[in-house]
Amino acid sequence: MSRTILTFAEIRNHELRQVAVESVSAAMKIANTIPSDIACCLLVQENTAADLLTRYAASLFAQGANRVYVVKHVSFAAYHAELYLSAVQQVVSATNPEVVIFGHTAIGRDLAPRLASALQAGQISDITAIQHVEGKLIYTRPLYAGKAVEQRVFTQGSTAPSVITIRPNNIPINTPDASRSGEIIEVAFAPPSLRTVVRDVVRKTSGALDLSEAKIIVSGGRGVKSAVGFKPLEELASVLNGAVGASRGACDAGYCDYGLQIGQTGKVVTPEIYIACGISGAIQHLAGMSGSRVIIAVNKDPEAPIFKVADYGIVGDLFEVVPLLTTAFREFLEHEV
Amino acid sequence: MNIWVLLKQTFDTEEKIVLTGGGVSEAGVKWIINPYDEYAVEEAIRLAEQHGGKVHLLSAGPERTGEALRTALAMGADEAVLIHDPRIPQDEWAIAKVLSAFLADQGADLILGGNFSVDHGAGQVAIRIAEQLGIPHVGSITKLDISSGEAIVHRDAEGDTEMISVQLPALFTAQQGLNEPRYPTLPGIMKAKKKPFKQLSLDDIPGISLQELGARTERVSLSLPPARQAGVILQGDLAAQAADLIRRLRQDAKVI
Repeated sequence: MSRTILTFAEIRNHELRQVAVESVSAAMKIANTIPSDIACCLLVQENTAADLLTRYAASLFAQGANRVYVVKHVSFAAYHAELYLSAVQQVVSATNPEVVIFGHTAIGRDLAPRLASALQAGQISDITAIQHVEGKLIYTRPLYAGKAVEQRVFTQGSTAPSVITIRPNNIPINTPDASRSGEIIEVAFAPPSLRTVVRDVVRKTSGALDLSEAKIIVSGGRGVKSAVGFKPLEELASVLNGAVGASRGACDAGYCDYGLQIGQTGKVVTPEIYIACGISGAIQHLAGMSGSRVIIAVNKDPEAPIFKVADYGIVGDLFEVVPLLTTAFREFLEHEV
Repeated sequence: MNIWVLLKQTFDTEEKIVLTGGGVSEAGVKWIINPYDEYAVEEAIRLAEQHGGKVHLLSAGPERTGEALRTALAMGADEAVLIHDPRIPQDEWAIAKVLSAFLADQGADLILGGNFSVDHGAGQVAIRIAEQLGIPHVGSITKLDISSGEAIVHRDAEGDTEMISVQLPALFTAQQGLNEPRYPTLPGIMKAKKKPFKQLSLDDIPGISLQELGARTERVSLSLPPARQAGVILQGDLAAQAADLIRRLRQDAKVI
């Protein structure tokens, strides 16, 4: 019998997250040449339309998944640690996986360690690369928010599965193959008795792209000067279909929510393009964004440390430069289409 | 209320990382309470001030961790326990196993920890402890209120806020925004010197066997990421620089 690799297919705002697709790609990478059955665990709201479900499953099959286990419950629209854990445990029991893969997201970070402990399993978190070296599976992950990098392995000898969380935007995906199909299996779910109740969810970010998954980030620092000062950055981000981030300085000064903070405290991001506006470049901020593919810095101070890591620097007032960039990008993108 | 806080000592976030002999050099490094654990300490002290009770600190780590524990005692915690034993492997499964074996007998009403540590950043240990102890948890909280055996918390989920009520005993991990940690006062620092401070080894913890502590994962290599090189500072008037930037992103970097 071939072994099973299980991935958690996370849904956010009724869309399959990109990291859910990356998790299937990670499973393919782990499987390598050994025949493996790639199963996905999909938790959806009770009344999810059949065609939506089919669409979720199709994206997972196109990446290489063989089976999608669907668990339905009225309360799956919002994350509920106890309910989600119980549902995933039922899928784990049904599939007996050797490896369980989550995205390193708000849900994955919360769920994976709890599952790992319940399974007496080890876990390697926040993985950015997976390699096979001399028959060993080696997982790369950042330390100190990326100031150092370690490679870890699961030790031999434990029969428990390996649990991993992968950092969004880092595991490359394969070209989707729409001709692939698979099996959708619905799992009957008996919810446990609950000690926690989710009373309400305030969606401040409805529709907005999460920083960890954004391909382009426009980020502001103390130089933005006020909450209103973020407006031009938001406009630029919107033209680029990107997300807005901030430095610790801007958050501490109260210009924006801590949820936007990028750095060693806050989020670590790895977008294709990172545009730092009015950010001087403290070490703790650099740790959070140095993994970006291209860094653009806009700062009045030509001596700002951010220019030492930036691929392209513009020395100038961000309130002049950012609107110019917005116009220039808008024109460029209109031309493209 | 019997409150326990999980605490780790970490490098200051402004420290650069230098490697020596296959490990991270600790020479001349400034140590701090892991910033997320500091929010947990502060919240615990506030809760004890409001509702009465004791704040206990728990850490597993080298002897230098004592410094961070003393700082937290100076902030206002009542007692500290440091489990120091080189036989504990650097693996979250094993560390959580040790800490939960110790906590199992402590009758905690509330356990608080940080959302993650700014050094290893795996974010596993606290949540694993909740599972091992069989109590509910909520991760990444920005608000915590306690009334009649129940906690009402706000959980930060990538910018969204989830309001959750939880029966105690329970475990919570602190996210930035939960509170503004106080600085230790001079009288606080003096008092901290006389507060109970226990250092334990694995032999002092009942119900833990070395076999059970076998690491599930291990490090095989450690390196520094490739250093980024400074690129070009664009020239000309600002509108021309904007156009130049787009051309370079398109032709050189090929990202648009």
